[in-house]
Amino acid sequence: MSHFIKKALSDIRLNRFLNLVTIFTISLSILVVSVFMLFFENAGRVIEAWNQGGRAMVYLKDNFTKDMLLEIKEKINNVGNIQEMVFISKDEALDRLRKEVSPNSAFLKTLQGNPLPNAFEIKMKSYNNIEEVETFAKKIKEIEIVEDVEYGQGWLGKFLKIFNLFKITGYAMCGLFFLIALFITSNTVRLAFYSRKIEVEVMRLVGATETFIKAPFYMEGILQGFIGGILGLVILLVAYLMISSGITQGLSSYIYFDIRFLSIKTIILIILVSTFLGWFGCYLSLKQILK
Amino acid sequence: MNQDIKKNSIIRLFNVSKRYNGKFALKDINLDIEQGEFIQISGPSGAGKSTLLKVLYLAEKVSEGQILIDGMNLARISSSRLPLLRRRFGMVFQDFKLIPNRTVYENVALVLEAAGEKSDYIRKKVMQVLRTTDMDKKAKALPLTLSGGEQQRVAVARALVGEPSIILADEPTGSLDTKSAQVVLDFIMEYHKKGATVLIATHNLHLLESTVRGKNIEITEGTIKRTATML
Ligand SMILES: Nc1ncnc2c1ncn2[C@@H]1O[C@H](COP(=O)(O)OP(=O)(O)O)[C@@H](O)[C@H]1O
Ligand SMILES: [Mg+2]
Repeated sequence: MSHFIKKALSDIRLNRFLNLVTIFTISLSILVVSVFMLFFENAGRVIEAWNQGGRAMVYLKDNFTKDMLLEIKEKINNVGNIQEMVFISKDEALDRLRKEVSPNSAFLKTLQGNPLPNAFEIKMKSYNNIEEVETFAKKIKEIEIVEDVEYGQGWLGKFLKIFNLFKITGYAMCGLFFLIALFITSNTVRLAFYSRKIEVEVMRLVGATETFIKAPFYMEGILQGFIGGILGLVILLVAYLMISSGITQGLSSYIYFDIRFLSIKTIILIILVSTFLGWFGCYLSLKQILK
Repeated sequence: MNQDIKKNSIIRLFNVSKRYNGKFALKDINLDIEQGEFIQISGPSGAGKSTLLKVLYLAEKVSEGQILIDGMNLARISSSRLPLLRRRFGMVFQDFKLIPNRTVYENVALVLEAAGEKSDYIRKKVMQVLRTTDMDKKAKALPLTLSGGEQQRVAVARALVGEPSIILADEPTGSLDTKSAQVVLDFIMEYHKKGATVLIATHNLHLLESTVRGKNIEITEGTIKRTATML
């Protein structure tokens, strides 16, 4: 194994220019992909915060009595997509309100009785797009005793629509760059293969198996993908650090701006994908060349 | 018939023909080579000497006929078992066929690496063989920095390192001066004396006659014209 890695590294060194171009192309593709990932991860976090994690409030009509509770719970449950449901009675709601505003505020003093409705606080299982949330709310509203359903505000819906448009563009761009990187990698392997025609011929003559012959090419492809992926992420990190320090210095006093770098999970995923890319490019071109 | 049974054949050809685009390069060849024999295949350029060697190591498939090597029928060797056949041969070519961007040592070690030998053994064995062909001091050199004679000595070392039972050499001295040629042949001879079967194709009829006891198979236009024992 280490024999193959050593050989692959020395082959990369020998074919320096070609390999640098390949690694650079891969890293560029990875950069584009990870910029989108960075955007999505941060936007997703912001949306979740605004959306309070897919929360919806279901307000009940005044003629609600406690003995209906089980029946309504079941009806709501039947709508599906519910992760958590908590009943908040009028009194509890008032208690919460009292805790939130200062107890001797003029507002509370003028309050006569309890104007707050009984309600359910619902946490949805999935709330990735506004349509999902809207249909969910509509179905709940159909239940007789339900007065109103409140969920993310209108601007959230608009934002989600733009966000989803971005997502589609992002996927398309990622796919495009994936194909470009794949094409370049498989082309490099092909060129490497032809430049080592004598080597391959000799290996066959001395009784090397096809696996033994192909291994260095795979190793090279995998290394290119791996190095390219890391390079792309490093470029992104440098850009991120430069921009985010600029933002915090310039803007932090005006707005709360919190862009986080990619999570470890995403970083690992990106490196795995780009390593796979190197392998797959190699696989494709060797499949074409041999037989 | 009786003689056949006594013999210890390692290579047998039965009515072997090879055609390229309908034209015969080999025509109805029958051959029986015993283990430990030294065979010189002679004949003019284009006679079919290289083709005869190529069908043995399966660089080419025969058009007709059968070949048995060490009991293996070449027609039945799958591509996955081809490497096992190749490891029984040590091969030397006129153009050396060394890998230009690998050192002398690496070129020779490749054979053992491909065969999956342990690295300790590889190191020991490669240096030992390089010593026998007097190339150990150039182990770190790249092939193209060496003279033709030296390159061929590396190629011979590579042919011997796997301890094959058969050596196939196609014009091994064809691009060497007389002195280097003699040195290279001496190394092959030495290995032959240990019991290896050797087939050398050459168009230089007189090269081996003085040094070797063995058989001379003369071919012209793809057929065996004469078989003679050299004494
Ligand atoms: N790959 C090939 N395609 C077509 N014809 C070939 C090929 N290889 C050899 N030949 C022909 O077969 C004949 C024998 O060639 P070869 O075995 O190389 O001769 P030798 O080695 O004795 O000089 C020649 O006529 C040559 O032109
Ligand atoms: Mg020839």
